[in-house]
Amino acid sequence: MFGPGESSTIIECTANTTCTTLHAIGTSLLLFIVLLTGFAYMTLWERRLIAWFQARIGPNRAGPAGLLQPVADGIKLIFKEDVTPRNAERVIFWLAPLIKMVPTILVVAVIPFGPPITVPWFDGKWYRMTQGLTDPNIGVLWILGITSIGIYGIVLAGWASNNKYAVLGGLRSSAQMISYELSMGLAVVVPVLLAGSMRVGDIINAQNNPPILGWYVFQNPLAAAILFIALLAEVNRAPFDMPEAEQELTAGYHTEYSGMKFALFYLAEYIGMITVSLIGAAFYLGGYHFIWVDRFPLLGPLVFAVKVFLLLSGMVWIRATLPRIRYDRLMMLGWKVMLPLAMAAVAWTAVAVFLAEQVGKELTAVFAIIALVIFFAGAQWWLSRAGRKTPLEPGAGRIETVSLSEQARGR
Amino acid sequence: MELTVESLVFLLFSLITLGGALMVVTTRNLFHAALFLMLSLFGVAGLFALLTAPFLAGIQVVVYIGAIAILIIFAIMLTPQVTAVRPTNSQWIAGVVVAVVLFALLVSIVTPLMSELGVEGWSAVFTEKNPPPVPADSMARLGEAFVDPQGYMLPFEVASVLLMAALVGAVMLVRPARGAEDEAPQAGAQE
Repeated sequence: MFGPGESSTIIECTANTTCTTLHAIGTSLLLFIVLLTGFAYMTLWERRLIAWFQARIGPNRAGPAGLLQPVADGIKLIFKEDVTPRNAERVIFWLAPLIKMVPTILVVAVIPFGPPITVPWFDGKWYRMTQGLTDPNIGVLWILGITSIGIYGIVLAGWASNNKYAVLGGLRSSAQMISYELSMGLAVVVPVLLAGSMRVGDIINAQNNPPILGWYVFQNPLAAAILFIALLAEVNRAPFDMPEAEQELTAGYHTEYSGMKFALFYLAEYIGMITVSLIGAAFYLGGYHFIWVDRFPLLGPLVFAVKVFLLLSGMVWIRATLPRIRYDRLMMLGWKVMLPLAMAAVAWTAVAVFLAEQVGKELTAVFAIIALVIFFAGAQWWLSRAGRKTPLEPGAGRIETVSLSEQARGR
Repeated sequence: MELTVESLVFLLFSLITLGGALMVVTTRNLFHAALFLMLSLFGVAGLFALLTAPFLAGIQVVVYIGAIAILIIFAIMLTPQVTAVRPTNSQWIAGVVVAVVLFALLVSIVTPLMSELGVEGWSAVFTEKNPPPVPADSMARLGEAFVDPQGYMLPFEVASVLLMAALVGAVMLVRPARGAEDEAPQAGAQE
C-alpha cells in the first residue's frame, strides 16, 4: 500500500509552523469547497427525491439528469434585483444573512473527518496530519455555542425587515430554537459521558470499540432519537419549519429578502442540514468509523460522507412524509415530552457509566441491550397508543371552525 | 506594555467589551441595546479564550449569548415601542454608586494594591512575574470543585435552589387561577 517507507522520516505536523499554517489554509479551502458543492447538489437531490416521493419527475432539463440545475439557480439568483424595504433597519438587514450563514460553516471546524494521515512533501519527508481543521478539547461546547449564535440571524432578519410576518417568523423561530436547544444539549451530554471527553475526535474514536456495535446509537437509542429530532428543529426542517410556514406567514423571517441575500439564507439552511448531519453522525453513528477505516485512513471521509448522505436523505424523506406540526404541539413536544425523556436518557447513561466503572466494562453491553429493548417497546407502545387516539383528534379543530363561523355571522 | 500580537488581541477584545457595554447604556433603541449587550458578552468570551480558559469562553457563549441575550431579545420583540425609550431613570445615581464600588472591589482583589496599603490576606497577589497557576486539566478540576464538599459545593447547590425557585415562581405566575382552568384553553383557541 502507498505509504512512507521504513527509511523515510515522519514529522508531526503540529510541530512545524509552516505545516500547521498550510494545513489550516488547505483544509479550510477544501471544507469550504466541499460544503458549497454539497449545498448546491443537496438542493437538487432534495428536489429530485421529493419529486420521486410524490410520483413526479423533478428538475431534469438543465444538463444530464438535471445536474446543471444548481448552476442555473445560482445565475438566476445573482441577477435578481436586491430589494431593501424603505423602513428596514439597513445595517441589521444586511448583517442578518451573514450572521445566519457564518456559524453554520464554523461548526464544521471542530469535526475530524478521518484518522490522521501521512502526506509526502517536496522535501522528501512525510508529514503526519489530522483530517479536519482542528480538534480542540472543548469541541462539543464549540458546537453548542456556535449553533446558538445562528438563531440571531433569523431573529434579526425578522426584526430588521419591518414586516409583521417576518417578525412573527423570527419570534417563532427563536422560541422554537430555545426550546429544542435544551433537549439537544442534554442529548449531547450522553456521548460526552460515555467517552469521558468533550473532544469530538475522542468521542468518535471511543465508538470504535467494538466496531459498529460500539456506536452510541446502540448504547442509548433514546438520546440519539432526541438529538436527531432536536437537530431537525434546530435547522427549521419539516416538520418543524414553523418559522417559514407559507400558509400562515408567507415566507416567515425571509419574506422581505430577495436576490443574493435570500440565497444566503437558503445556503445557510442547506449547509446547516449538512453540518447537523455531521454532528449526528459524529456523536451517535460512529463518525468516520466503519470497517477497514483504521487500515486505510483515506476511507474515513468517504464513510463519513455516506453516513451524512443517508441522514440528509432521511431528512428529505421526513419532509415528504410528515405534515407541519401545529405550534402549540411543537412547544408541548419540546418541553413536556423531549426534555423529560432527555433527562431520563442522561440519568440512565450516568448510572451505566458509574456502574461500569465499578464492576467492569462488560456491564455497558448489558445496559445497551436493556436500553434497546426498552426503547423499542416504548416506541411500539407510544405509536399504537397514538394510532388509537387519532380519530378523536379532529374535534379540537371543530371548535375553532364553529367559533369562526359564528364570528362571520356577526356574533 | 509591550505591543505583541497577544496584547493587540487583548486591546481589541477589551474595546469590544467596553465599547459594547457603553453603547448598551447610551443607545435609545432597546433592540440595539440588546445587540450591543451581545457584542459586549462576545468580547468577554474572547478575553476568556485569551486567558487560556477555553471552557469558560465556550460556556460564556452558550449561556450568555445563546440563552440569556436571546431571551432578552425575545422579550423586547414582544414589547411595543422599543425605539424611543429614555436611557436613564431615577435610579441612575444608585446604579453608578454600585458600579463604582464593585469595580473598586474587583481592582483591590486582582491587584496587589491592598497589600501595599498594609492589609494582608485581602488581595490575590498576582503580578506579571507571579501569575496564577493554570492546571493542565482545568476543566476536570473545575468540575470536581463544584461537587467537592471542601470546594464550592454549597454555593453551587444554593445557586441551583435559587434557579429552581425562580422556575417554580415563573410557573406559578402564568398558571391560570383555580376554577378558571376549563375556560383558559378555550380563550386561547378563540384568539
